[in-house]
Amino acid sequence: MATQNRSFRTPRANVTGLGAAHHGTEHFWRQRLTALANALLIIPFLWILAAAYGRDYASAAAIVSHPCSAVVLLLLVVSVAIHMRIGMTVVIEDYLPNRAQRVVAVIANTFFCAAVGLVGVFAIVKLSVGRLLL
Amino acid sequence: MAEVQAKSPARRLEDIRPLSPHLQIYKWTWTMAMSVFHRMTGLALYAGTVLIVGWLLALAAGPGPYECARWLMTSIIGKLVLVAYTWALFHHLLGGVRHFIWDTGAGFERDARMALAKFTLVGSIVLTIAFWVIVALAR
Repeated sequence: MATQNRSFRTPRANVTGLGAAHHGTEHFWRQRLTALANALLIIPFLWILAAAYGRDYASAAAIVSHPCSAVVLLLLVVSVAIHMRIGMTVVIEDYLPNRAQRVVAVIANTFFCAAVGLVGVFAIVKLSVGRLLL
Repeated sequence: MAEVQAKSPARRLEDIRPLSPHLQIYKWTWTMAMSVFHRMTGLALYAGTVLIVGWLLALAAGPGPYECARWLMTSIIGKLVLVAYTWALFHHLLGGVRHFIWDTGAGFERDARMALAKFTLVGSIVLTIAFWVIVALAR
């Protein structure tokens, strides 16, 4: 009985392509990479925030739409969106015991972070391109 | 027993799988507290990023929406939220630096890890105060 059902596939063939082959550290590495980018970009970001904080519309728009600010903010918003997505995914995986809830939450988190990143990019591009067109 | 058998094997495994004890049964230490802080500040920054992007969007939307955002940011609550946000930012930044040090294999000895944990809290408070003092003096 057992010998009749035996597969001719080798044990290795049965597991090839399953699991995290060569990709197991992808999240770990990407979290470090974006962490380093965030750490470097935080300093000019705080400079921009401090300079624009509480200013009237024209001054704040001039500060944020300056090419240097716009590039820093664009890089930061993309790096932060990736970083916060991975971080929240880890938190969801740690604290949501129900598998269905976990899958839904991880998907919702990905969509939300993509939306936050894209809205940020849109706002910065609109401000800086708008300034060039004026 | 019959009820347990009626469930699918996968579901039953989840039910009987042992859970590790949660935070409340452990004695609090600096390293544990700062690990919890790192995760909490990360979650706070998730919300903080939404606020910053909201501020940028208001600015992109025009003078009307921006005035609304400015009023919120310069109100007492807005200022408190911003101070909390910058503290979370500095704490998470220093926590990240601590993780980078650990990634090299250094800083795991008892004294070193305690010093690093204390440094994240003290450093984040000092940087937050310094940042807002500079902002206030620059005006």
